[in-house]
Amino acid sequence: MRFLLVEDNRDLAASVKARLSMDGHGVDVAHSLAEAGDCLQAASYDLILLDIMLPDGDGRDFLARHRKAEGATPVIVMTARSAVSDRVDALDTGADDYITKPFDFAELEARCRAVLRRRGGVAQATRTFADLVFDQMAATLAVAGDLRDLRTREMRLMELFIAAPGRILSKEHLVDRLFSFSEPVSDNAIEVYVGRLRKKMLGSRARIETVRGLGYRLTETPE
Amino acid sequence: MRMRVTPVSLRQRLVMPLLALSAVLSVLIYLSVRIGADRASEATLDAVLGAAALAMAEEMRAGEGGAVVDLSPVTFSMLAAMGEERIFYRVALNGQTLTGYDDLPAPATPPTALSPVYYTVPFRGSELRVAAVSRSLMVDNRASPLTVLLGQTREGQKAISTRLANRAAGLGLLVFLAAVPLSLLAAGSLLRPIATLAEAVGRRGPRDLRPIRHPAPAELAPFVTALNGFIGRLRGTLSQTETFIAEAAHHIRTPLSVMRNEAELALRQTAEEATRARLRSLIRAVDDSARSAGQLLDHATVLFRADQKALAVVDLAAMLAAMVARFTPMAEMKDMALRLTPADRALPVAGDAVLVEAALRNIIDNAIKYSPQDSDIDLHARMANGFAVIEVCDRGRGLGGSAVQGLRVRFQRGSNVGDVAGSGLGLTIVDEAATAMGGHFALTEREGGGTCATLSLPLQG
Repeated sequence: MRFLLVEDNRDLAASVKARLSMDGHGVDVAHSLAEAGDCLQAASYDLILLDIMLPDGDGRDFLARHRKAEGATPVIVMTARSAVSDRVDALDTGADDYITKPFDFAELEARCRAVLRRRGGVAQATRTFADLVFDQMAATLAVAGDLRDLRTREMRLMELFIAAPGRILSKEHLVDRLFSFSEPVSDNAIEVYVGRLRKKMLGSRARIETVRGLGYRLTETPE
Repeated sequence: MRMRVTPVSLRQRLVMPLLALSAVLSVLIYLSVRIGADRASEATLDAVLGAAALAMAEEMRAGEGGAVVDLSPVTFSMLAAMGEERIFYRVALNGQTLTGYDDLPAPATPPTALSPVYYTVPFRGSELRVAAVSRSLMVDNRASPLTVLLGQTREGQKAISTRLANRAAGLGLLVFLAAVPLSLLAAGSLLRPIATLAEAVGRRGPRDLRPIRHPAPAELAPFVTALNGFIGRLRGTLSQTETFIAEAAHHIRTPLSVMRNEAELALRQTAEEATRARLRSLIRAVDDSARSAGQLLDHATVLFRADQKALAVVDLAAMLAAMVARFTPMAEMKDMALRLTPADRALPVAGDAVLVEAALRNIIDNAIKYSPQDSDIDLHARMANGFAVIEVCDRGRGLGGSAVQGLRVRFQRGSNVGDVAGSGLGLTIVDEAATAMGGHFALTEREGGGTCATLSLPLQG
């Protein structure tokens, strides 16, 4: 996906960009509303992440102008302010959602996904591996044409595996991505979710293999 | 110790001098009527008495070896016309009484001509008004002084004058009595602009900090100006407080965001387990402080807004639905579902949207936080006994025997939540927001495990 990040705090912008890039997203950063306007002229984005307090104005005004000019790009407002009126204003001016800083990237991902699903998704939302077709937006997994619904964590686990087929993913890495840091996680939590995902993959040539002492990996059983 | 001095009321300050003035006026009316009438009647009576005395003196003629006294009945009938008074007289020639009462006292300064001298003397038990005239009479070719003293009691006149005085007193009293309601009316009409101004200011809503434009008399203008100045300063302070809360949130959260992102990036790039554990606990601490900062600011906002009592009609059902939509992605992250049973109609409550939002957000956030993955949270909106009731039931760990009352106390957390980040402010915020809007908040153990949080707010209309 291609993001436009409008954020005046350079440290924050750099870290958000690095984090999103790590997941394979393209990110352009604008440090002011003027730069954001230039970016929108030059390219099209799947999603805009918009800060409210910017040096050359209020993000909500920018949003209102964008919507008035029939800009249809989904917008998630990032707010550090706690005043509810700010959030309500943001939604009234045409934001699709808002997220409060500091945010969990898992939450940001979840919100992006929800917004994009509401807006009708992005072009290439499906990925394939062996006889698996994984639809990220619809949260479905097709095994040789047989469609199965995935729950959120199963889907996110599938995302991780299908993005790096054949690579060993450690248990810790999976825990970090699947659970929020402030949430208590039991030792066998990952086993439980891998077990569920395996059940959803029944009948497929693809399988999740346990690599003792190291983690898991997605592999294909040769025919 | 200093005594508290109650300031004298304006009404009193106005009415008292008015009444004192009219009392003085009444006394003056009484005195002037009484003295004036006395003087007028005395002058009239004296003139008649003097004329009678003169007439008597004129009627004296010189006779052989003396004087001939000829008392004409006309003279006495003239006096009789003045009322039922007793008459005493004395006619003396050369100091020798010729006729009449020998003991009728002579004036201190004897009259020298025909212009009468008047004086008052006590005589035989009565006050006597006497007119004295003198002329000379040629007796035996010698001019001899002839004195006529004519006295008259003044009982009738006294009676009339007393009657007049009584009337004058009555008139004075009447004037005074009329002054009482009149001065009260005057005070009332004078004070009315103050009362209407006070009412206009008192009727204002708590958020109404516009300057006063109420028409006021010129004398009240300095007061209105001072009040408007004060309102302006208050408005400034209040908006500063709100802005301060928002700014504080911004300045705390932005660096926390950077810190959290950097830690998460580092975590992704490190394979070494000890470092990863450190980074994880760092992220947990950041989450914890961000959460606490958020709740402290929430709490400050709730207290601030609770004082303002800016209540408007809010649809609780719609706000709950919006809040559920908002929290759905977060619930889904834990494979949880928010199952909302909506109310069959709108639930209008007299509330402050900010307070309602804070209360609902904290209740739902709490339910998600303390519920295990894969469990569902049931939300109901309904009406009961004039209240709009929101019920949020989870399958979490329950209250663990903690006193429900205690969980609502600031910074106090349940005994069974050590492994979950939290500040212990969430339920306090809900409780305070509910109380500020005239509602209440309760926590109960749910049958079959879990907790039910119930928020009730009075229905409007």
